[in-house]
Amino acid sequence: MSSRFPEVAALVLTGLLLGACERETRRFREEPPAAPATSGVRLSELEPGPTTPDIPLHNAYEDNAWAVAEGKRLYSQFNCVGCHGHGGGAIGPPLMDAEWRYGAEPENVFASIAEGRPNGMPAFGTKVGAQQIWQLAAYVRSMSGLVAKDVAPGRDDHMQKKAPELAAPDAAPRDSRSEPPPP
Amino acid sequence: MTTALLALQWSGRHSALDPFGPQAGRVHSLWQFLWIVAALVLLAVVVTLLLATFRRRGEAPEEAGPRTRSAVATAVAGTVAVLLVFLGVNFATGRAVTLPPDDALLLRITGHQWWWEVTYPARPPGNQVTTANEIHVPVGVPVVAELQSSDVIHSFWPANLVGKRDLIPGETASIWFRADSAGVYRAQCAEFCGHGHAKMALLVIAEPHESFDAWLVRQRDSARTPADSLARRGQEVFLASSCVMCHSVRGTPAGSRIGPDLTHLASRRSLAAGSIPNTRGHLAGWILDPQRIKPGARMPANALSPPDLEALLAYLESLR
Repeated sequence: MSSRFPEVAALVLTGLLLGACERETRRFREEPPAAPATSGVRLSELEPGPTTPDIPLHNAYEDNAWAVAEGKRLYSQFNCVGCHGHGGGAIGPPLMDAEWRYGAEPENVFASIAEGRPNGMPAFGTKVGAQQIWQLAAYVRSMSGLVAKDVAPGRDDHMQKKAPELAAPDAAPRDSRSEPPPP
Repeated sequence: MTTALLALQWSGRHSALDPFGPQAGRVHSLWQFLWIVAALVLLAVVVTLLLATFRRRGEAPEEAGPRTRSAVATAVAGTVAVLLVFLGVNFATGRAVTLPPDDALLLRITGHQWWWEVTYPARPPGNQVTTANEIHVPVGVPVVAELQSSDVIHSFWPANLVGKRDLIPGETASIWFRADSAGVYRAQCAEFCGHGHAKMALLVIAEPHESFDAWLVRQRDSARTPADSLARRGQEVFLASSCVMCHSVRGTPAGSRIGPDLTHLASRRSLAAGSIPNTRGHLAGWILDPQRIKPGARMPANALSPPDLEALLAYLESLR
């Protein structure tokens, strides 16, 4: 048994190394969706008829480090930085904290970017394609630690302004709509 | 034959063995010299080896020691002499190729993943010309290109004119060259820079003085609002869709600097950094599904209705 140890170890190590070869697939070219993915997103608690159940929607880009990095690039190129800073907020609300005015789920973030929100958030839906908005949504969620650490960006291409997203503490989302307004 | 000639119009020549400028000429002569010397050395070695192989056994002299020593000494001396000659010739070529002339045309090339931004600085700055993936130079005039990179290391390599020079982020490199006859020369990114590296080419269009000057003056103009009603609708489509997030057309509110400047898009020969010729069909394919043409390109797919696409194409084709 003990004489076989080096061979077994070498085999296991080779397997581990080979397993690291293909980490993920970069999805450059998406098939156009049959219907908008966010048609079920509710902004208000009020609705006619029976209450619509929340069907959670999974953003596939949140499993893909390349897509989140693309979201990070677009975040600065499309000037999200101009209002939200590097997550700390300025003119717009901070994005690296636990508080979400319009919901923390991927589809809520998508809808906020695509449709805009009152008091200043522009509607980017006509100018930015769905693929890029999903990438942005994945990146926005990575800023408060809602995306897996092996996917969240680990470094900046420029001078580091804050700790990398993969080091963001998991901020359990808090819905600020259901809370009383601050005094 | 006609197809090959047409292809040359938009893809250009690209061969270091076909020099069209003084530096490429020097490098080519150096290459020929090294090649001939290396071939002669190989020939001498092979002949000696054959002679030694087929010499009859019995003739082997008793006093082999001094003869072997002198043969080895001759071979070593010959090798060192050849290497020293190579060193001297290399050095002379390097000096002749790098020293830039004084009265050169200045242009700036910025490498992006995966395209080239080109500006011709001018005074007043309003006369500066910005274009992409294509440089025009007058024949016989030395050109100094200042090279910068906005992201990763790229390398500028117009093989028919001059050797390679790397574009390093945060630094400004420069290279000079001269095209001695009119033509379209292809420069290719020669440093792996990511997914689109192979499809990152730039055309160097060398033309006579008068047509170069006319080109430069035309490129200074802003885009005019098209007179044609279809193209005017296309301008509205352009301004209302995702194009404006990355591209600029001078003379319109579109002013983003993320992607190539499109003010004179229709005057360029190729699209997507030398990937496809600039024709209506290729342009439509590029707008609708760029990832099929150039996987990984930063341009996203655009879902446009057929009438909108038709109008947008008419507008883009009016940007001469």
